[in-house]
Amino acid sequence: MDATYDYLVWLFPAAAQWPSWLVTLVITALPALACFTFMSLGPLVYVYAERKVAGFMQDRLGPMRVGPYGLLQTVADTVKLLFKEAIFPRKVDRKLFVLAPILVNVGAFMPFVVIPWGARLQPADLNVGVFYVSAIAALSTVGIIMAGWASNNKYALFGAMRSAAQIVSYEIPSLLIILVPVMLVGSLSLLDITQAQAGGLQNWLLFRYFPIMPVAFVCFFVTGLAETNRAPFDIPEAESELVAGFHTEYSGFFFAMFFMAEYTEMFVFSAVAAVLFLGGYLAPHPALQQVGPVAMGWFWLWFKAWSLMFVMMWLRWTLPRSRVDQLMYIAWKVLLPIALVLVVLVGGLVLIPATANGFPWDRYVAWPLTLLLVGFLTLVMIRALRWDKGRARELALPAGGAAPARQVAR
Amino acid sequence: MSAASPTGFVSDWDQDGLDTDEMVVNMGPQHPATHGVLRVELRTDGEVVRAARPHIGYLHRCFEKHCENVDYPGVMPYADRMDYCAAMGNTLGFALTVEKLCGIEVSPYVQTVRVIMAELQRIASHTIAVGTYTMDIGAFTPFLHLIRDREKILDLFEWTCGARLLYNYNWVGGVSHDLPDGFIRATRDFLREFETVTFPELLDLIIHNRIFVRRLSHVGVCSPELAISYDLTGPNLRGSGIARDLRKDFPYSGYESYDFDVCVGTGQYGPKGSCFERNWVRVVEMRESAKILHQALDRLEKTEKADVHEKVPKRVKPPKGEIYFRSEAPRGQLGYYLVSDGNINPYRVKVKSPCFTAMSVFHHLAKGMLIADVIALIGSLDIVLGEIDR
Repeated sequence: MDATYDYLVWLFPAAAQWPSWLVTLVITALPALACFTFMSLGPLVYVYAERKVAGFMQDRLGPMRVGPYGLLQTVADTVKLLFKEAIFPRKVDRKLFVLAPILVNVGAFMPFVVIPWGARLQPADLNVGVFYVSAIAALSTVGIIMAGWASNNKYALFGAMRSAAQIVSYEIPSLLIILVPVMLVGSLSLLDITQAQAGGLQNWLLFRYFPIMPVAFVCFFVTGLAETNRAPFDIPEAESELVAGFHTEYSGFFFAMFFMAEYTEMFVFSAVAAVLFLGGYLAPHPALQQVGPVAMGWFWLWFKAWSLMFVMMWLRWTLPRSRVDQLMYIAWKVLLPIALVLVVLVGGLVLIPATANGFPWDRYVAWPLTLLLVGFLTLVMIRALRWDKGRARELALPAGGAAPARQVAR
Repeated sequence: MSAASPTGFVSDWDQDGLDTDEMVVNMGPQHPATHGVLRVELRTDGEVVRAARPHIGYLHRCFEKHCENVDYPGVMPYADRMDYCAAMGNTLGFALTVEKLCGIEVSPYVQTVRVIMAELQRIASHTIAVGTYTMDIGAFTPFLHLIRDREKILDLFEWTCGARLLYNYNWVGGVSHDLPDGFIRATRDFLREFETVTFPELLDLIIHNRIFVRRLSHVGVCSPELAISYDLTGPNLRGSGIARDLRKDFPYSGYESYDFDVCVGTGQYGPKGSCFERNWVRVVEMRESAKILHQALDRLEKTEKADVHEKVPKRVKPPKGEIYFRSEAPRGQLGYYLVSDGNINPYRVKVKSPCFTAMSVFHHLAKGMLIADVIALIGSLDIVLGEIDR
């Protein structure tokens, strides 16, 4: 709030003389508007990216027709969805049917309130930030169950029940793992957690207590996949089993709202994971925090969130879907024990003064090792790409010259 | 409703006694994973399926009745449309049946061409089967990788006979078109790419994927006894560990002279006869088909070219009599029972469809499964509704 006020006065010096109700209105409405715009338009980009990533992995181009490189495809899709009729089947519970996508979106959008994009670029710095995020994000579960119930459709109901079971199960290990960075920093505020990681890459929470925090990060990522209904945990909307799951009966803009919520949830989760483990808006090196007069915090958080989102897309287009019972098995018998052990371990280590800020080797081992790993993976990907191209050339021209042109009548 | 339903087999199906905590779900006929217009009535208790009853007949096109009203060459396009994913196999079976009744012996060249087409079709059909199966399990990418290679096979078919899906290629006494120049090399190019790129990628990407294996390796286990008693054939039977392949056991079209293995379920990740094993048989059969193709292409180079219409009769008019002939179509044993009264059109045609018998075991295996596994089971039986309903 104060930060917004300062910005306002910096932009319009006359604002200092405005009546207090007007100032309050403006400094409340402006961030809200900015966040809302960002969130509403975000899915356009996410969906386009997802389709391009999918195309890349599946040996095809993805959208190419609308605009250059298909850039306007999602815009066209949105326009289509906006103007399509929203069909209400006769036996739906209309009130709940309309309320459900709204609730899902509330759950997806509200966490943005506490995500810090810079030292002062945060709509509200709640002192219970992480707790608030988990609590408000769980609202979308209510929306999903409501959608399933109100649709009066058996597949939708299946999807809703699966979603309820899944999200409730995964909330528990997720919250336990969130406790780990919270214990390390000693604060629930996302801004405090970010600032505790200041000073460059080596101070990120991911690299504390070398083998422990990476494990926590991976587990948190898995729970995030489950909570955002992404593959391989997309059973609430498993298209090959439940048609479209809880949003089977939705059409037009109501369907678009579910779609929007799904991608926004992805982004929110990625941003929160970036804040908790990857230093949030902090640059890998302090020198990169500011380029000239421009603070780059927003860019770094955006970049980290996008990297995590890319991994999510990567997983979605690679892995098959797991089954309901296997999902529960992973939650209760794998993730929960790991999370408990992590909480106890880190909780104990924090109490020992010598290890309160991580093991001595963290500074020398953890992040160079991670950098090496990332570099190696990048190399592998580049080599795969080049190999693909070489192979295509080789196959196009087999030994002994090209095969004669096929005379295929079209 | 009484227990005695028209279909007979569901004595445990009693809707009057339906408990309040059980729900009847109609899966299909419009459902993304029933592989066509199959309707499955599921009685579910939460996620668990207590009973499953398949309803077929949504794609019934009176194939057998149609055949009685057209002449023998005219049956071919209808036979194409039975198993539309493997049209070459259908017409090959029918052509062989009529040839056997008429006593026509085609030249070795035509036999080799037919084998090449049948095996290419087997690869194409199995790419569809395996690809859609991975999609049922939730992985979309392998499907498109496989479809990419199927397109190349369809290109070869189109190059040869002008059609990409329903070819009318096998005729009584021959084939409709000779292979074009350069076909052998183009096929070898395709095989090289398939064997060096797509096949290893498929194994790495999905078949040995841990999630995939865990989803399927203990699901829908069909014991050898059950498989035999329900007359499963083809990959479904071989998945249960029984090495039965008509190409080996009752060879036709010169299959006896090719060197290939009959693929059976190995039980590498779980019991034999599971969904994984049935799918696995299809996967490795693609490799065996490629092996046959290599040999057939070599042979084709050595064989003297013959007129593919040499033995095609002007009017197909078999003598009075009846005959039953079965061949190994991609989905199993496809049998044609043919009665001829000496006219130019058959008196009666009856098809023994491999998918139909595969569907008959469905209710037995589906009992007690999770809903997700029902999808996996339908996919692993690899049904094509065009052939079930005919």
